[in-house]
Amino acid sequence: MKRIKSFKQEIRDSIVLTLPIIIGYFPIAMAFGLLSKNTSLSFRDTSLLSLLVYAGASQFMALDLISAGVSWGSIILATFLLNLRHMMMSASLAVEFKDFPKKYIPLLSFGITDETFSVISFNKDKINLSFVLILNLLSYASWNIGTMVGYGVGEILPASLQSSLNVGLYAMFAALLFPEIKKSKNILLISLIAVIVYVILFYSKLFSSGWDIIVAVIISSLLGLKLINNSKEEL
Amino acid sequence: MKSYLLLIIGMAIVTYLPRLVPLMALTNRKVNKKVEDFLSLIPYTSLSILIARGILTSNDEMILASIVGIGAAGIISYIKGNLVLSVLSGILLSFIVLNITI
Repeated sequence: MKRIKSFKQEIRDSIVLTLPIIIGYFPIAMAFGLLSKNTSLSFRDTSLLSLLVYAGASQFMALDLISAGVSWGSIILATFLLNLRHMMMSASLAVEFKDFPKKYIPLLSFGITDETFSVISFNKDKINLSFVLILNLLSYASWNIGTMVGYGVGEILPASLQSSLNVGLYAMFAALLFPEIKKSKNILLISLIAVIVYVILFYSKLFSSGWDIIVAVIISSLLGLKLINNSKEEL
Repeated sequence: MKSYLLLIIGMAIVTYLPRLVPLMALTNRKVNKKVEDFLSLIPYTSLSILIARGILTSNDEMILASIVGIGAAGIISYIKGNLVLSVLSGILLSFIVLNITI
């Protein structure tokens, strides 16, 4: 007889799947907290950035622009462009979340980051409401506690350790993506197309940083769509 | 200390809206097969692009450590299929490379 997984077991599985994000976020958030303190932001503002914005790259960018004396309007615009990529992820998740009660959507949307999106998208068989909620909660907690700890005692992390922990999140992207390539030749081709399109856009400097990601995602996904339609092979 | 409250609220709003609007608009609604296929490709294309961007935007002293760490994590995950092990190995290798090259 097939029994439904116990609640405890389900929580444990969710935590294990979130572990790479927790491990990756904490030290990077610490680095952010420390840098924010050195940019002379208050503890309140530093914490609020992580609590309300919750988007790592744009938080670091904001510190950079604040110390360069850039106007607030421009910082907000730059933040918008950099974080617009989440729009594509949000749209993609709509397919996975289609059976969730709508009242949870505002909360689940807030939790979309590159990392949570990746882990959810590549564990399609495990997606259910409690998994997504636990994943979001733990990632959010790691980012915010890390920020506050970093503001307090960030100096204790050596710089080379911080840099290599930063590689950790990209390492996670690769660790999620590479096994997928095994499943179909199309995925390998589509991934290569995406890299080539992005590299061309990056060096051509036709689009500002932020836009280049979105345009590359759209172009390469459309090319990928053409590819799977031509080959008639399912993903 | 200067208060950045208004800036932070502005940043929070422009970050939240792109996360919220597509999900709100598309959840519980039938999308046609083409659109669904397009959306289902986004995880692959966006991850590939984020990895490429991570390497292209890393500074000179980090670039080798990044490539080694990312590559090792991908290969170990390809063989072993263990996410945590792959990520930790990637971090460790990039830490080693970074300390050798500096």
